Amino acid sequence: MVTLNSINKSYPVGKSNYLHVLKGIDLVIDKGELVSIMGPSGSGKSTLLNILGILDSYDDGEYILEDVVMKNLSEKQSAFYRNKFLGFVFQSFNLLPFKNAMENVALPLYYQKVGRKDRNRIALNYLDKFGLKDWATHMPNELSGGQKQRVAIARAMINKPSVILADEPTGALDSHTSEEVMQIFRDVNKEGTTVIIVTHDREVSGRTDRVISLRDGIIEHSGNAELNKEIA
Amino acid sequence: MFKIDTWEEIFSILRKNKLRTFLTAFSVSWGIFMLIVLIGAGNGLQNGVQATMNDDASNSIWIYSGKTSVPYQGLPIGRQVKFTNKDYTLLRERVEGVEYLTGRFYLWGEFAISYRDKSSAFSVRSCHPDHKYLENTIITQGRFINEKDIKEERKVTAIGKDIVVTLFGDEDPIGKYIKVNDLLYKVVGVYKDEGGINENRIVYIPITTAQKAYAGEDRIHQMMLTTGTKPFKETIKMAGNIERLLSRKHKVAPGDKRGLSVYNNNEDFRMMQNVFTGIELFMWCVGIFTIIAGIVGITNIMLISVKERTREIGIRKAMGATTNSIIWLIILESVFITFFSGYFGMMAGIGVLELVNFVLPDDTNFFRNPEVQVYVPVAAFILLLIAGVLAGYFPARKAASVDPVVALRDE
Repeated sequence: MVTLNSINKSYPVGKSNYLHVLKGIDLVIDKGELVSIMGPSGSGKSTLLNILGILDSYDDGEYILEDVVMKNLSEKQSAFYRNKFLGFVFQSFNLLPFKNAMENVALPLYYQKVGRKDRNRIALNYLDKFGLKDWATHMPNELSGGQKQRVAIARAMINKPSVILADEPTGALDSHTSEEVMQIFRDVNKEGTTVIIVTHDREVSGRTDRVISLRDGIIEHSGNAELNKEIA
Repeated sequence: MFKIDTWEEIFSILRKNKLRTFLTAFSVSWGIFMLIVLIGAGNGLQNGVQATMNDDASNSIWIYSGKTSVPYQGLPIGRQVKFTNKDYTLLRERVEGVEYLTGRFYLWGEFAISYRDKSSAFSVRSCHPDHKYLENTIITQGRFINEKDIKEERKVTAIGKDIVVTLFGDEDPIGKYIKVNDLLYKVVGVYKDEGGINENRIVYIPITTAQKAYAGEDRIHQMMLTTGTKPFKETIKMAGNIERLLSRKHKVAPGDKRGLSVYNNNEDFRMMQNVFTGIELFMWCVGIFTIIAGIVGITNIMLISVKERTREIGIRKAMGATTNSIIWLIILESVFITFFSGYFGMMAGIGVLELVNFVLPDDTNFFRNPEVQVYVPVAAFILLLIAGVLAGYFPARKAASVDPVVALRDE
């Protein structure tokens, strides 16, 4: 499903130095898993997320997503696979401020060249599913944080992705709303979608099935949440 | 890329960013509006001045005689130099490059002109047939004075359209006789002249008739000739030749302008042309700089707008947009604004010119028919479109190549 084989990634620092961010990551995430990636800042978890999201390239190793090797992709190919396989959820929601909730949810379908009527109808269904049907024509600035994140999750789900990548999805939410959002992720996961959440919040990682701890560019530990808690 | 969907996306972006759209559109509209109004005003000025100059052929040399102011060959100061029919013949035969030539025998003051019971006062001008080319007299009916009239000293006349209105009303004047100070002249032609109202109120008669009827013997007061298509330098040479020829014959000291004056209108025309070229150049400069300001305006606004949209671009990329689709979206947006605001500015500019044209009285001196040649707005338009594409492309390419994750964290 998601397979990483000894992924290495360095960034140039200054003229001749390199910062070795990921130092040989091996990771397998099976279909239908609910995983969290934890680690302090600088541990390389953002870089790992970028690579998983086909938003960044890697130096060597192999990243296989849905039996496709994600390497040396053209700009167009990576856009295509992002759209086909992945759904993104961000800490700051990243809804387009000039589009209403329904149009925001419909955006990935625009890039699949689905007609406007069809994509708005599908978007409405998804909003309904997340209890936001009455808010469909509201602009993002008229929604609460929790509502915005639900719109964002609906948007991530609309193209029926194999994997949902969430970058600190509860970072901007209070604990009660965080709880709600995590429940949505669990529900989504139950329906068969793989969910990968990057977080530094133990409350969040505690509600996932498996926690992958990253430190200094290597996977320090990978195991179920309870086990992790004991280690911590 | 030209799907309805893309345009719907663009419209929704423009609608939701009204101020930005307006500012961009305004700078483009203003640029093209100013260009058109300026060029139109420049042309109006030129048309106006040219219309007042249309009266006389611009490629002409006028020759006057007067009283000498320099003693020469034992002759005293203050001697009246008198041209005669012989001088007319001399110029005809001895000066190379003369296209049309006419003399004038002055009939001073206004004459009582009457037809049947109607009477009014008009000027009478006597001349040779070629005179119509020198004054740009346009024959609307019948003919002008011809060689036969001159030879036979006929009492015929060509009259201005205003005289026809006054004396004949709706009656056909051709073949009728009008009385000029008790002498009857047969009307052979009607003319109009665009040199102003007074030029349409003149009675033209053959110079030989005038000389005979008004005791002129063979006297000529003034001679005028045109230089054809000769280049400017050649006309100066011609004027020099004429001056030498006549001053030798009439014993006028070389350079005595009071005694003999040869006035080359080509020089005036050339100067006017230079002034116009200068004005035109100036208008173009102002117009083009205004357009450049407009282009800088769009580029600036597009830069800011794209910068402002880094996050939007990041989101779109995460949702599966390719770099090219984002660049396209922004370019189309930019071109769309440029196109319509450019069109609007152009129409507003042409509208203003038309309005001025409409309000302005027809015979306004020095400003007439402000207009632009078609290629001006078209060229400006194409320039703006290219500018619109470039103004969209460069910032868009830069922004679209930004790492989406960085863009998305760009708070």
